[in-house]
Amino acid sequence: MSTIFERTDGLTDKQFHYCPGCTHGVIHRLVGEVLVELGVLGKAVGVAPVGCSVLAYDYFNCDMHEAAHGRAPAVATGIKRVLPDNVVFTYQGDGDLASIGTAEIIHAAHRGEKFTTIFVNNAIYGMTGGQMAPTTLIGQKATTAPYGRDAATTGMPLRMSEMLATIDGAVFVERVTVHNVAGIRKAKKAIKKAFEVQIAGLGFGIVEILSTCPTNWGITPVESLKWLEENMLPYYPLGNFRTPEEGK
Amino acid sequence: MAKVLMKGNEAIGAAAIKAGCKFFFGYPITPQNELPEFMSRELPKIDGVFVQAESEVAAINMIYGAAGAGARTMTSSSSPGMALKQEGISYIAGAELPCVIVNISRGGPGLGGIQPSQADYFQSTRGGGNGDYRHLVYAPSTLQEAVDLTIEAFDIADYYRNPVIVLGDGMIGQMMEPVEFNEPKKRDLPAKDWATTGTEDKRRPNIINSLALDPAELEKHNIKLDNKYKAMEENEVRYEMYKTEGAELIFVAYGTTARIVKNAVDALEAEGIKAGLIRPITLWPFPNKAFNEIPTAKALVSVEMSMGQMIDDVKIANNGKLPVHFYGRTGGMIPTPEAIVEKAKEILGGGK
Repeated sequence: MSTIFERTDGLTDKQFHYCPGCTHGVIHRLVGEVLVELGVLGKAVGVAPVGCSVLAYDYFNCDMHEAAHGRAPAVATGIKRVLPDNVVFTYQGDGDLASIGTAEIIHAAHRGEKFTTIFVNNAIYGMTGGQMAPTTLIGQKATTAPYGRDAATTGMPLRMSEMLATIDGAVFVERVTVHNVAGIRKAKKAIKKAFEVQIAGLGFGIVEILSTCPTNWGITPVESLKWLEENMLPYYPLGNFRTPEEGK
Repeated sequence: MAKVLMKGNEAIGAAAIKAGCKFFFGYPITPQNELPEFMSRELPKIDGVFVQAESEVAAINMIYGAAGAGARTMTSSSSPGMALKQEGISYIAGAELPCVIVNISRGGPGLGGIQPSQADYFQSTRGGGNGDYRHLVYAPSTLQEAVDLTIEAFDIADYYRNPVIVLGDGMIGQMMEPVEFNEPKKRDLPAKDWATTGTEDKRRPNIINSLALDPAELEKHNIKLDNKYKAMEENEVRYEMYKTEGAELIFVAYGTTARIVKNAVDALEAEGIKAGLIRPITLWPFPNKAFNEIPTAKALVSVEMSMGQMIDDVKIANNGKLPVHFYGRTGGMIPTPEAIVEKAKEILGGGK
């Protein structure tokens, strides 16, 4: 019997704790596959965030460091400066990266730190129970925006990739989605490219991945994929915002 | 080795380099600025790394990463900046990583002032961050002691896998004194086989972490940490006894204040008044046992550049045996020997 699909060596055999229909699992797998395909799993040091992926250190099959909320880019800076020949990445959600950790992500990009950030944007705080995030869409309900997000009092959703793309040190910035197969394929390519940019020592790279949260969006997994496509894609356009000249 | 005249902040930086620290992450704040400036100048010369972080919060988290990667690493700050670092210090203690953190403290609360102060005693010794944790706090009184303790702090941090604070008031950071850089006492240090340096496909992944969602697991971890802190209390207490033999009045003072109190003790001695000084060198663990070595004492007086913080520990150590008095100046004001002598006479005269 031939094996046609198996677990990537980039992940441990620990069962995910993620909710049914959450796309964190897909994204974990893509990152794990990329680390294996680039042959850098043994050199990889990942930094886990605070949020739904707080336990990512149990899932990635490489050395892992658990950071405080939002501080993953600072922790990754410390690691990469000590170990310039290793491959360092942060895995962060939108509450972590776009709210409490804005200073850390902007200045890691600003310094051109040579690590890779996997930024999972599901437009809500998942772990703490569905509170409003800076990325929550206008009108979207959250436990701290029970009447729907109101731009007049909470501002417009923050587009982190566009903001980071204005920083010279952020040499690779791309937004992708994992709500369909074509999107997943493109997402993997972007993740691979971001790691290649790091390995080539070119600067800071980030891949923003639009992701689902059926539990806190209050809809089914299938409806979530559709909701992402219909609501998130128009506000968070997919595509590459920055890429280095070399190896384009 | 010949002595060199150095400013405190720079001497502490040079001591860190002597101890093998090649990774420094800091943020500007007065009165510690000469320390990061020194590191930014010297570390590139030895293939080290200086990073000016975007904040004290980021700097301590860079330390968290660098320590996790197995490096000897240091950050420095001053009081309000130290307040910002408490989050990271708690994580570092929880994840059991070694590092050295220097606080050249100034007056507070809030933005306070920039002159020397000892108002960070609570912050330093009570765990300014969340959770059940402790760390050593060294309080040098001279620049030579600041150098010696900084060098040794790296060994102690590695030995216990715990952050170590070097607490100097602004005077220690800003004054100049001759110093020499000596080898510390040799310690057998454990291998850093826990560091996140990449598995190289040869071992299971290492995980640096302070999260334990299972309360039974977290309690086990807290007990393990506590055992480590008990070992520090057992082995790492340091203090100096100055003219305490036969003394009726015992001052308790640390850092710059202890130097001033020594002058007061000498002045009292010249007048035939028997006073002595207990000088804690470690603020945590506090030298409780020193208070069992003063059989002739009739009263204690805590002298601080604060409104009275260490006095709590003095009272705990004293355990109700002797009356405990206080003299302090704060906000960046420095106590004078004359005022301390007056206070001593007032206490010995019965107090009014």
